[in-house]
Amino acid sequence: MAVQVPKRTYTGAIRPIEVGKGDKAFKVGGETAYPFYTFEGEMPHEPRFGLDVLDIEPDDWADSLVAIYGDALKDPAAWAKKCVEEFGADLVQVTLAGTNPNDKNLPPEHAVEVVKAVCEAVDVPVSVWGSTAPDKDTEVLRAVAEAMAGRRLAIGPVQEDNHKQLGAAALAYHHVVIASTPIDINLAKQLNVLLGNLGVKDENILIDPTVGGLGYGLEYSYSVMERARMAALTQQDEKLQFPMYCNLGIEVWKTKESKLPDGEMNLGRQKERGVLMEAITATTLLAAGADVLIMRHPEAMKKARELSAELMAD
Amino acid sequence: MGLTGIQIFQLLPKTNCKECGVPTCLAFAMNLAAGKAKLSDCPHVSEEAKQKLASESAPPIRTVEIGTGDGAFKIGGETVLFRHEKTFFNPTGLAMLVNDDEPAESADAKLERFKEASYLRVGLTLHPDAVAVRCASGDAQKFAACVAKVKSATDRGIILVSESPDVMEAGVKACAGRRPLIYAATPDNADKMIALAKEHKLPLAARAPDLEALASLSEKIAGAGIEDLVIDPGSRKIKQALHDQIHIREAAIQKKFKPFGFPTIALPFEMTDDPIKETVYASLLMAKYAGLLVLSDIQGHSIFNLLLERLNIFTDPQRPMKTEQKIYEINNPGPKSPILVTSNFSLTYFIVSGEIENSRVPAYLAVLDTEGLSVLTAWAAGKFVGDLLGSFINKSGIKDKLEKRSVIIPGAAAVIQGDLEEELGSDWEVLVGPREAAYIPAYLKQNFS
Repeated sequence: MAVQVPKRTYTGAIRPIEVGKGDKAFKVGGETAYPFYTFEGEMPHEPRFGLDVLDIEPDDWADSLVAIYGDALKDPAAWAKKCVEEFGADLVQVTLAGTNPNDKNLPPEHAVEVVKAVCEAVDVPVSVWGSTAPDKDTEVLRAVAEAMAGRRLAIGPVQEDNHKQLGAAALAYHHVVIASTPIDINLAKQLNVLLGNLGVKDENILIDPTVGGLGYGLEYSYSVMERARMAALTQQDEKLQFPMYCNLGIEVWKTKESKLPDGEMNLGRQKERGVLMEAITATTLLAAGADVLIMRHPEAMKKARELSAELMAD
Repeated sequence: MGLTGIQIFQLLPKTNCKECGVPTCLAFAMNLAAGKAKLSDCPHVSEEAKQKLASESAPPIRTVEIGTGDGAFKIGGETVLFRHEKTFFNPTGLAMLVNDDEPAESADAKLERFKEASYLRVGLTLHPDAVAVRCASGDAQKFAACVAKVKSATDRGIILVSESPDVMEAGVKACAGRRPLIYAATPDNADKMIALAKEHKLPLAARAPDLEALASLSEKIAGAGIEDLVIDPGSRKIKQALHDQIHIREAAIQKKFKPFGFPTIALPFEMTDDPIKETVYASLLMAKYAGLLVLSDIQGHSIFNLLLERLNIFTDPQRPMKTEQKIYEINNPGPKSPILVTSNFSLTYFIVSGEIENSRVPAYLAVLDTEGLSVLTAWAAGKFVGDLLGSFINKSGIKDKLEKRSVIIPGAAAVIQGDLEEELGSDWEVLVGPREAAYIPAYLKQNFS
């Protein structure tokens, strides 16, 4: 019997955005339909998967992560190399945890040194994530942007409070900004308008919708991302027609469930629990429109990427 | 569901007779559209309008109940494609597979794990819903024995899996009184399966190799008078499975395509042999419309994550999740530990308590009932203020447990510091903590360890 399947009319498209320089540079975005609705439109660029590298040795990571990276955790360049050569990451994110003004408060020079070392160690695109404290990030990320001029890093989080300084730095030194707003579609739009007014071109913007981990607010991110895609693709909302960058590893691996030992509270094995927590968070975000996913466990990344590839295959 | 107030208004007598209890037909139509009135409240509505409204107002996807008593659960009943448009109503049912030819110790261990998989979160108990018993042996006796074993091992729902009507009949008899789901009627065995489901008044699953065949089979079964139907498009490759789920949901909701107006069932265990991959597939199909998922096994590390996802996706986006007002102990606090205060928006609670745990600094967390509002919103609404917090802490009796009385308020609510000091009195110290939860560990380590 004839099945009546409705066909949606899309009126907009996500802008393709290029990240990185050289052979390993890639584009994300370009979608003309909802995530993996390939029966209705195109998904020209596959979602990209990155692994997270910290500027200082983490002291509170789950055993199952420490076991993977071992001594590389002490050396960001070696760590980044492992992520790319051993685990096949499409990009590396350097998280500048050591610059957190409420903790170690390391200076911009430290950040520049680490980012430089990572950029020299790997040939894939690099993104740089600050401490999220707006004033400190202004100082630190501006220094990084200048030192890495022309390398086309993705730099974030660029927030309302520091968008002028960081937008100008990205503009001057040719980087991509990761425009970050707290799980709110109107604020996301507004920040992109402000960045546009500043002169940041559309081809240099990624959206960070702010990500909650599985069980820790994932549903808010999920719905904001779905709404953003809906507005971008069916309501011609040009200021939301950007790829989405999801920094999810940090959210998943700070939960207590990811760190509890084997067998506690009927939660099974730590390794599989953490891997699945991260892989399911990634899967759900992929379904909501994630274009770049920053993760921490290579096996979780592998599973999410396999799924994405299967959904993209002809 | 289907019609707007204005569309319903067109079908009403438009006499404004007020006999329904509201002043105008338009107001009545609006109430009907919002689900606040019943059509039978209107004494003058025409037969034609009744029929039209009845068919239009029936939910586009039927709600099907499986199991009995406390173990019963509902699937389907959905009205939207995206949760932000209203909400998703009935959480995806999660079932564990047991084969009738599985060694007894393996089946017993699985059933034990199934029972143990129960988790308390935001005042809710999360657990899987059903056991699917599959006849892999081909032997009706063996199948019936396995069904009987599962029946006595759990009160939750049961799904009987076989394509042979004779085997199924043996299973149904072994499962009397438990309202199992019969899986599955196919184009080849449909007549006998329909007869069995009708005779025992049981919900029936229909599986066909593609959407067209499924639509025909669904129509045939509905035509035979079976209302509680669950449908399976037969796709076992994840891409096709996702597309089929989307097509079915959209056809049912947007086109009111009756043959697809039923909850779906998907079988991730048939899609891969890798248990991690199976769980990832299940997680995608849960977000994208599966009514029921059958998994090869239940392990804490997989089921817990799927239950969390289900809690997230099926939470009503219009109603904030709340945590109980009380003083929580984190990292074994003692008489010198500080008290942090926050709101009872459950996400706030999870994040703040998680960060305190991460700090490894022993502390109390006082969660004030702010009706599920976050700190800043609650403060603006006058629900997170000095006198309310002060009287909560005073009445809690925590004071007597403490030698050093320090209260830490969120940086975002720094303005309430003075009022809280006044309310608590001079033997308390009120400190302003960081604005963001992420900075709590550094703050606590610096000041309290």
